[in-house]
Amino acid sequence: MTMTDNRAGAAIPEPREITTQPRRSDQVFRTVVFLGGLSSLVILSAIALFLGVRGFEIITREGLKFITGYEWYSSINADGLSGDQPSVYGIGAMLIGTIITALIAVAIGVPIAVATALFLNFYAPNFLKGFLVSVIDLMAAFPSILFGLWGLNVLMPSAEYWAKLLHKYLDFVPLFDVSAPVFTRSPFVAGVVLAIMIIPIVTSVAREVFSQTPLDRIQAAYALGATKWSMIRAVVLPFGSSGVVGGAMLGLGRAMGETVAVFTVLNIVFQANFQILLGAGGNVASMIILKFGEASAEEIKALMAAGLILFLLTLLVNMIADLIVNRSGRKGR
Amino acid sequence: MTIQTPKPTKPWRATPKAMIPNVVASLIVIVGTWVLIEYTGMSGKLGAFASASLIAIVSLSIVAGIQRGGQAAKNSAIGTLVAIGALTAMLPVVSILGTVFVRGVRGIYVGFFTNDMSLASVNDPLDKGGILHAIIGTLLLIFFAMLISVPLGILTALYLTEIKGPGSRLIRFLVQAMSGVPSIVAGLFIYSAFISGTGRGFSGFMGSLALAILMLPTVARTAEEVLLLIPADLREAGLALGATQWRTVAMVVVPAAKSGLITAVILGVARIAGETAPLLFTTGGGDTVNGNPFDGVMGSVPFAIWKALIAGSEESNARAWASIFILLVIVLALFFSARRLGKRRA
Repeated sequence: MTMTDNRAGAAIPEPREITTQPRRSDQVFRTVVFLGGLSSLVILSAIALFLGVRGFEIITREGLKFITGYEWYSSINADGLSGDQPSVYGIGAMLIGTIITALIAVAIGVPIAVATALFLNFYAPNFLKGFLVSVIDLMAAFPSILFGLWGLNVLMPSAEYWAKLLHKYLDFVPLFDVSAPVFTRSPFVAGVVLAIMIIPIVTSVAREVFSQTPLDRIQAAYALGATKWSMIRAVVLPFGSSGVVGGAMLGLGRAMGETVAVFTVLNIVFQANFQILLGAGGNVASMIILKFGEASAEEIKALMAAGLILFLLTLLVNMIADLIVNRSGRKGR
Repeated sequence: MTIQTPKPTKPWRATPKAMIPNVVASLIVIVGTWVLIEYTGMSGKLGAFASASLIAIVSLSIVAGIQRGGQAAKNSAIGTLVAIGALTAMLPVVSILGTVFVRGVRGIYVGFFTNDMSLASVNDPLDKGGILHAIIGTLLLIFFAMLISVPLGILTALYLTEIKGPGSRLIRFLVQAMSGVPSIVAGLFIYSAFISGTGRGFSGFMGSLALAILMLPTVARTAEEVLLLIPADLREAGLALGATQWRTVAMVVVPAAKSGLITAVILGVARIAGETAPLLFTTGGGDTVNGNPFDGVMGSVPFAIWKALIAGSEESNARAWASIFILLVIVLALFFSARRLGKRRA
């Protein structure tokens, strides 16, 4: 009754299963893409593995003292000459320095970044907006050695002046007290440089989160007679708060791993210095650079161990930050 | 009978009377800033900026408060504060670009591009030596880093957008986490894996490996964003015409995303062009032109700046500024070409 039945000699095709077996070329393609996609996993594992294996000896020998100890002394120098004391490796002071400088950076950088993001999303006229976004993006592309050179030559004098002012009027706060009047190359200066360096990333995360605020809620706030600020406080900030926290943590992670800029502006001293205006401090990354040049084979192993700690620390901070940021995007309040 | 034509008015324009409070407020800012600088510890350009900001916030909110009440005063204060915050974020960029330009241009002359540092030291005056070796080194480093990270980055992006296989979420998460790996760790890793204890010395290729680690997440993330913008219709049309997935991706999706993928590569290169820390552990930083990336120490522009920077003399400082001027020009060129390409796409 159908057309095929009437046609003479036409072979009726056998009924067949429709399969989704990909062709050979697709199998190859999918395998290659999958292997390429694994590259990030492979590289991250390899970093942890190699630094761990090289640093294993030192970490097991020093134990917990590697993280809590304040002393870094290598009895064998690069020329093979042996000193009289046994080697001690502890990065405690540098870890404290890392956290202090990064926290200063976050304390200064995040409010500026949030203000910039609010300005870009809700205040800036259109002609200014594109320009400002370009400038912020450009800032993210500046190499860190540029920040270091600029920080040392241009920012240092101003920052020193502000540090003295802070010390003069606020020295009853233990944080702003100094035991010696040395204000150059302090953790405060390093923190200011790091703050400038993390402004772009925090701004872009905050801007992204703020721009996802539902428009109907913004308009509802205005319809109820809210001023711009009460709208922001009632709608935008509660909606974007977790995104801002995540962005701040991303900035913290960047600030903790920064090397060259910190090495350039900071006077690296092996002691736990909580007086942020005093010209002494350090961070793990800049210590590694400082010691690498003239390190013996054993000391290099210790530096690898320090690198491993830094890697794990920043990875942890970044992962938590990513989780917070990703969750805030999905959540509709 | 005369026809009276009404005079055109612009009722939306502020009348002179309505402008008075603003004029008064700006006068207060100018006078107040002068008073603060004269009679308190504030001084210098930043001090002037800070005191002007402070007084602007106070006076503008008082004006708004008198006109429209307490809520308006608060609103005005925050509005001014936010604008000043954005302005503060711009200050470093202006200062950096200005300083680099002013101090960098002084050191630029023709010989700077045609000499290397084999016969000069960083403490020599600027008319001796140059950064030819560093420019060649940087180009080679970038080229080999691209050779490794561009295929891997684009394959990662294709996995996330085209195959969407198991573990996509994990890989996306890892790529994000990887973009936060400190650059020094990348250098240390390459040193520990391929240089330390193997008898191999520093070489340009080792530097490229370290840079590739840093470039990969930038390329992968940007490429993923670009590929997500390609409409699903295109893919379905390709498949409906009987093409295999491989042909669809190669002939339809990738060509459609071409300019975006190039943007991804350029952004990746901009990310690594100025990286210094990983090179300190891998390239050795030579002073002569070395065209072989697999053997011998290799110079690069960031490393040359580093050497000049730590020497700390007057001449070496000038050399560092001149070199960083070149580096900044390279980064700016990459940045703006990426933006142009991105604009054309959108």
